[in-house]
Amino acid sequence: MSAPDPLLPNTLPRPADELVRLRAAWRPRSGLGALSVVNNSQVGLLYIVAAMLFLLLAGVLGLLIRAQLAVPENNLILPGTYNQIFTMHGTVMMFLFAVPIVEAIAVFLLPAMLGARDLPFPRLSAYAFWAYAFGGVGFFCTLFVGLAPDGGWFMYPPLTGSEQSPGLNADFWLLGIGFIEISAIAGAIELIVGILMMRAPGMTLARMPVFAWAMLVTAFMIIFAFPAVIAGTTLLEMERAFDWPFFIAERGGDPLLWQHLFWFFGHPEVYIIFLPATGLISTMLPALARTRLVGHDAIVAALFVIGALSFLLWAHHMFTAGLGTLSMSLVSVASLAVAVPTAVQVFSWIATLWRGQLAINTPSLFLLGFLFTFVLGGLTGVMVAVLPFNWQVHDTYFIVAHLHYVLIGGVLFPVFAALYYWMPVVHGHLLSERAGRWVFGLMFGGFHLAFFPMHISGLLGMPRRIYTYADGLGWNTLNLLSTIGAFVLAAGVLLFVIDLLRIWLRPRQEHDNPWNAPTLEWLPTESYSTRSIPEVSSRYPLWDQPGLAGQVERGEHWLPGTITGFRETLVITPRGTRPHHLAILPGDSWLPFLAAFGTAGFFLLMTIKAVVASVACGVLAVVCIVAWLWQTDQGGSRTVADIGERVQVPIGARGRWSHSWWGVVLLLVVDATIFAAIAFSHIHVAMLAVVCPPPGAALPAERAVWLACALFGGSSLAWWLGGIGRTRRVLSHWQVLPVLAAVGLGILGSYVLVDAHLLAGLSPRRDAWSATVAAMLSHLGLHGVLLGLIGSYMCVRVWQGLCGPRSVASYDNSSLLWHFSSVLGVVVATLPFIVTWWMR
Amino acid sequence: MSNRPSFEVGALSVLRPAGDEAAVLNELSWVLMIVCLTVFIGVMVLLGLSLRRNRPKLPASWLVIGGGIVFPVVVLTGLLLYGTARTVGLDRARPPDALMISVTGHMWWWEVRYQQADGKQARKDVVLANELRIPVGRPVLLKLESADVIHSFWVPALGGKMDTVPGRSNRLLITARAPGVYRGVCAEYCGIQHTRMGMVVVVQTPQEFQDWLARQARPAAPASGDAALRGRGLFMSEGCAACHTIRGVTGTSGTTAASQRGPDLTHIGSRLELGGVLRNHRGAMSHWIASVQGVKPGARMPSFWHLEQNQLDDLSTYLEQLR
Repeated sequence: MSAPDPLLPNTLPRPADELVRLRAAWRPRSGLGALSVVNNSQVGLLYIVAAMLFLLLAGVLGLLIRAQLAVPENNLILPGTYNQIFTMHGTVMMFLFAVPIVEAIAVFLLPAMLGARDLPFPRLSAYAFWAYAFGGVGFFCTLFVGLAPDGGWFMYPPLTGSEQSPGLNADFWLLGIGFIEISAIAGAIELIVGILMMRAPGMTLARMPVFAWAMLVTAFMIIFAFPAVIAGTTLLEMERAFDWPFFIAERGGDPLLWQHLFWFFGHPEVYIIFLPATGLISTMLPALARTRLVGHDAIVAALFVIGALSFLLWAHHMFTAGLGTLSMSLVSVASLAVAVPTAVQVFSWIATLWRGQLAINTPSLFLLGFLFTFVLGGLTGVMVAVLPFNWQVHDTYFIVAHLHYVLIGGVLFPVFAALYYWMPVVHGHLLSERAGRWVFGLMFGGFHLAFFPMHISGLLGMPRRIYTYADGLGWNTLNLLSTIGAFVLAAGVLLFVIDLLRIWLRPRQEHDNPWNAPTLEWLPTESYSTRSIPEVSSRYPLWDQPGLAGQVERGEHWLPGTITGFRETLVITPRGTRPHHLAILPGDSWLPFLAAFGTAGFFLLMTIKAVVASVACGVLAVVCIVAWLWQTDQGGSRTVADIGERVQVPIGARGRWSHSWWGVVLLLVVDATIFAAIAFSHIHVAMLAVVCPPPGAALPAERAVWLACALFGGSSLAWWLGGIGRTRRVLSHWQVLPVLAAVGLGILGSYVLVDAHLLAGLSPRRDAWSATVAAMLSHLGLHGVLLGLIGSYMCVRVWQGLCGPRSVASYDNSSLLWHFSSVLGVVVATLPFIVTWWMR
Repeated sequence: MSNRPSFEVGALSVLRPAGDEAAVLNELSWVLMIVCLTVFIGVMVLLGLSLRRNRPKLPASWLVIGGGIVFPVVVLTGLLLYGTARTVGLDRARPPDALMISVTGHMWWWEVRYQQADGKQARKDVVLANELRIPVGRPVLLKLESADVIHSFWVPALGGKMDTVPGRSNRLLITARAPGVYRGVCAEYCGIQHTRMGMVVVVQTPQEFQDWLARQARPAAPASGDAALRGRGLFMSEGCAACHTIRGVTGTSGTTAASQRGPDLTHIGSRLELGGVLRNHRGAMSHWIASVQGVKPGARMPSFWHLEQNQLDDLSTYLEQLR
């Protein structure tokens, strides 16, 4: 044992009961109570397991596809069933496996990697996970009753409209995706706020591991990309349920509008999956090659460039839709440009290998397998970005090959490398190295046997999504090879699962650092993460700060116990150099579980039109969420915490220093982007219309619109009055009155606006222009309902004296929502006018 | 299975062009494949070397800047310039001598209508299904539309694919170089029988084409023989005319709702295939009528399984006479 270092935040010996109290605060519930855990490293583990289960399920669907295509004119699977199977294979892989697994790994690893006890919103994570688990399982089960969607994973209308797809199948897709949207966005908000605010002191952005950078970029991409698909699925569901013709050409809608919305999400989606995988590679590589990462800054810059570029090239999925060669050429340039930052990453990795010496083991084999496969997939990506080549191979097996090279080579192999590499962090045990080499060999060999021939069958003209093919076109041998390869790949995955179960049954043990890795997650941990939060002074702390593990474990660094008796973590200053305040985190609770159950039940039961049960589930969800919010904003008696020998920080913070404030800001960015997608739809159909507004439709009376805008402004003013003085004293009873007035004025404003549109003859079924106006009004109406709930909730809090300097977050955060909604109301009121004037 | 058309290996291959546009695409495909394969091998050699124990020293920045930025920028710019230069000619608005043909995607068949010489109007007299005939050497401008959902017209030997999108009218230019029969498919997933939404393109000499067009423009041949007369009676009594037009028998194609539901049968006997699935030869017609749902499950036409064999024979005899 080394002598105590006088420069460390805390000195030895530590008080005897400190560790006991820390353990007590963070002890996860056991038995049935394990379902109520909220700690991200435990939820993250559940999340990883669930995502891997969906990988297996969707993999089995892939095997069924390959079995059907093994020989020509095969009758193994009926055409209708086949269409459900390939739709579910794609949907489950993309939405229930790929996005969740990268977020799951992040949620599991990042607290430890960043040196935080937990991420900022543990209950939100638990809610997101359970919504995903319930929703995903319910969605998958539709396959067993023949109600699974069958429109392909990108669900192009009009095929998926109510005329051509009258069954519930498409509705299950549209609502099933809803859960993933909720959990992905919740995860993204969690990750952004966590990464920016809850790192270990001294971990400046420059010292942050590349995986955290990758997740930061990814999370921002989720924030901007998922809203487009939320808007798209909502519009399509409204078209199916209420006959509002957004995508019906005869009534002024446009099938391509869906493609714009879907691919504005769908293309970044590919990078949302891929960037975290590159982050995993960049983080594992230094340990495996025993040298520092070459081009660290270039790699981080590349992540940002890829993230930004990926939003410019959604239309490269629409090269054959007839959008014009010139505009598509620009998209083609952007698509090719993505290859440059990707090449920067690849060559940085090769340079790192060149400088270091790669140890050959299972993770590094998967890493090499990734490089081999991904470079090939990236190059076929360059090929399909060239317009004329795309015209030939679009929608053929060449694309099937390309996307599997990028997704399996670019994502699944890094994920498997990560599973082998980080398994000791989970359970203390390494997976078998001998079996691991077999797993890699089977997966790598099987993969290339399965998917390389598809390039050729695609060039030989085999279209994707066909349930069988004719004999004699030269496709037979290639397809048989693909089928054999797919089963070999599956055998590799099966061997992995067996090995995983083998070590899973062993008792948990304390992990060491088998790869001599430089990052913080390899410090000794328990459920509270590290005993004390390390002071970091390097990008590779475990290499450059000798003795760190021992110091941290003895409690010589920051916050070696719990100050309030609750779960806590440190929030750092923006530059990350020192602790700013102590954030109290919520403990385990059944509320997120029940709220998620209610949410999933609401949507699934509503789909099958079980209205009473559905509404009951909805009420359960709302009640649980309100109770959860009520518990979270409770001021404690202490105001300052001694986190080090000579360092005191405040407990909690408000405004832009508060993590919850940023969480709400990010939520509003999502909200604004959803609205932007609906507004884009309005502009799109307005531009297609010969005259705007189209015959029969009309703009509302201007006076009513101005009145509505004034009422929205008044509502915000009243809300502001209601919260005056909350930072100095507990709000008085009389302040319930302005809060009530704010609710009333907001509702009145919405009523005036809707009424003006109805008077002008708004009929959403008549034409797409009216339908988009109605969609914007509905979006506003949803805010009305939400603010009605929030307003009532805040009235109760104010009346009870629960709004004051010690519990100010509820009013602060509601204010953000309130003023945002008022602005939204003004935009909804005026946008149809602006668009019409502009079109003239 | 003998009813199935016999396919030739590579009939749908991208790399066996038979038209001017497809030839450009073919050349581009080879250039892309060779360039990308070379780059792939180069990167893999570099990766392999990086794992060897005694490798030459390389400055890291040289790899990151040279390999990561300079190299891809140069290669991609080259590819982009080359690709753009080669495709400029493919996007001609409308060559003056072009033949205009409109192709409409239906679930799950292609309706082909020949346009008047001015290209503005569809001729009322030449309507086909799943078969397109064009003269060799003359540019053909296809007007691609959809009657229901999104499909995608694709004849790999003649050119790239183009979607048919409801509410929009897309164009595709093809110019065949050699007479022959080429195959096409629907490339955009369009429902349960996307798989069997095939078509053939017959490229003929200009003279053959003109003769064929003149024959197609005539109304249906009158039924000759007792069997054919009985067959024509069955055609009317079984309600076939609710979806199918036979010009001169059921009315004029293009003017009735029927023409939107099923293929025009005025010259069905002259077509090479049935339903994009079967070779049109003796016996195939009655097989198709009696068991559509077995041959093409989910197609919009019901199986007329209740007809006796002799009735099927009569009906087939009549339809086969419609040449």
